[in-house]
Amino acid sequence: MINTEPSRTRLPAVLATAKNSDGARDEPGEEIPQTISPIRTFLMGRSSGAGVDLLFYGVMVLCAVSIFVIVLAIIFVLFQNSALSRHQFGFTFFKGQDWDPVSGLFGAWPFIVGTLLSSLIALVIAVPLALGVAIFVTELCPKFLQGPISFLTELLAAIPSVVYGLWGIFVLVPLVRDHVGPFLLKYLGWTGLFGGLNIGVGLLTAGIILAIMILPVISSLTRDVMRAVPTSQREAVLALGATRWEMIRTGVLRNARIGIVGSIILGLGRALGETMAVTMLIGNRAEVPHSLFSPAHTLASVIANEFSEATGDLYLSSLIEIGLALFAVTIVVNAIARLLIWAVTRGAPARVA
Amino acid sequence: MKLRSLVAGAFALVSVVATAGAQSLNGAGATFPNPIYSKWFYEFSQQKGGLKINYQPIGSGGGIRQVSDGTVDFGATDGPMTDDQIRAAKVKTLHIPTVLGAVVPVYNLKGVSKDLNFSGDVLAAIYMGEIKTWNDPRIAKDNPGVSLPNDPIVPVYRSDGSGTTYIFTDYLSKVSGDWQGKVGKATSVKWPTGIGQKGNEGVAGMVRQTPSSIGYVELIYALQNKMQFGTVKNAAGKFIKASTEGVTAAGANVKNGPADYRVSITNAPGATTYPISSYTWLLIPVKSTDPNKGRILVEFLNWMLDHGEAEAQTLSYAALPAGVQTSVRQTIKQIQ
Repeated sequence: MINTEPSRTRLPAVLATAKNSDGARDEPGEEIPQTISPIRTFLMGRSSGAGVDLLFYGVMVLCAVSIFVIVLAIIFVLFQNSALSRHQFGFTFFKGQDWDPVSGLFGAWPFIVGTLLSSLIALVIAVPLALGVAIFVTELCPKFLQGPISFLTELLAAIPSVVYGLWGIFVLVPLVRDHVGPFLLKYLGWTGLFGGLNIGVGLLTAGIILAIMILPVISSLTRDVMRAVPTSQREAVLALGATRWEMIRTGVLRNARIGIVGSIILGLGRALGETMAVTMLIGNRAEVPHSLFSPAHTLASVIANEFSEATGDLYLSSLIEIGLALFAVTIVVNAIARLLIWAVTRGAPARVA
Repeated sequence: MKLRSLVAGAFALVSVVATAGAQSLNGAGATFPNPIYSKWFYEFSQQKGGLKINYQPIGSGGGIRQVSDGTVDFGATDGPMTDDQIRAAKVKTLHIPTVLGAVVPVYNLKGVSKDLNFSGDVLAAIYMGEIKTWNDPRIAKDNPGVSLPNDPIVPVYRSDGSGTTYIFTDYLSKVSGDWQGKVGKATSVKWPTGIGQKGNEGVAGMVRQTPSSIGYVELIYALQNKMQFGTVKNAAGKFIKASTEGVTAAGANVKNGPADYRVSITNAPGATTYPISSYTWLLIPVKSTDPNKGRILVEFLNWMLDHGEAEAQTLSYAALPAGVQTSVRQTIKQIQ
């Protein structure tokens, strides 16, 4: 787009000659003023733009700096208000197994584990599904189905999480309790992942609901990234004799992989911080889960659950340190994901299959 | 001309806000009494014309903090303030009991239509994970003639901090030494077993959904939603089905309570007493920053005793026992 603008301002002379040779369809006298682009008129009509440019630069820098300010302000407040708990427990807070408001013992480990595991389950389920949806929509889907499928995936993103939670309680929980759970236990029980009492709420159910919630994020971003791969790439790979699947694998997915990993990171971010739906389905038990059926707890949901009735300064301070832990977990997970991107893209430039 | 009228308008607006400010009270605290407080504040301010009382049900912990810091004009709590909290508070407050509530056991047991009986120590053992199945002899002993299934019990507790949990664990601490030693009482505790759900509706929903589960909810919630709930054995050895009368009786039967009303009435004596009962309190500053506000609060409390208590029943809250009403009348004379 940007490249075409200057040429358009240079156009009138060429256009005028073209129009002249064309014949007398319009009055030739009015041709030239009409074809001067509005942008050109604007640029000629104003005084020096240097001041405005500087202002623009300043405002944009301010916008960028505000991100740093917001993040630092959050860290500062969390850090300051958790002073009591940091002094009391030190680093053991993060590996402490107990969460006992009565005796004033607080440890974040069960919540960290619950948060990471529920998000991991969500990714394991959502990523293949989202990639499948995106591949189908961009490469295989008949035209008339593209609209409805895209619309429905984006609709999933608009549903509030409390509705997911309610749906989970009334539909997913009985389903996991009576059908999915027993099935998994029967065929995958040997893995040791499934065991104990399956009451329908727990890590697995929370993971499934998270998967459904992050599916639209991952699939619609992946779809856009795949669309951005030039058609010439596809044609070239096909011309070399690839099948359709080979074309998608080497021509499209390989080129789009950075964007795909990026979309997965965004989805993961949502899964880590999701509160309402998870708290309704995970069982809210501050214990390191020993199977996928076990109830667990997450960092976000313990804050939402206990903050309003937290009595005592240490209790409150520990809850704020939980917020700090959530911040730290998000940063670490993001850092790992960036390393992953770096590892994936290192060496070969993205465009070469 | 235009500017001048605009400025005049702004001044008029400010003065309107200012006069409204003088006539408005802000309170925050417990969620449990929110329905009755809303009704009371509405009716009282209708009578006072122009008065506005805002009550935000942000939870007892928040209510205590805000009134102690002086950010609201009054607070409300389901659990009395601890001695430490009273010592640390910038604004000194009085505990004024308003109504009573109770907690009832709810369960989902297929094929059992009769109300089940629970002893306190059995409830404690269930939530400790010691009683694992419904046909345990200790449950069967309290329920002769009921055929109990051999299903694993799924205990459900409140995941959010709540006065309901405080009352329930306070009761369990009194009836079971084991519970007191290992778990204790608080708005949220380290539950030895079971799963957590948010709010009365979360616990009730989970119990409805999950076969052979047990939970605990507020009496009002159970009554309004027509849930089946069990009876609980009181200190006199009788199994009592919770009712507002039984809850008021619990308050009446605790004689010689402390003068500041910070008293636990779980497991109270008396044959008709329902054992898992508790007061809920308003926290009224002894000396309000604005004497006008103190005067309005006193007026409200007197109105509550004269008219409000009679309405409690209609919303399934238990009214204060007559003896307590008389002494509260004396207490509120201290408020300035």
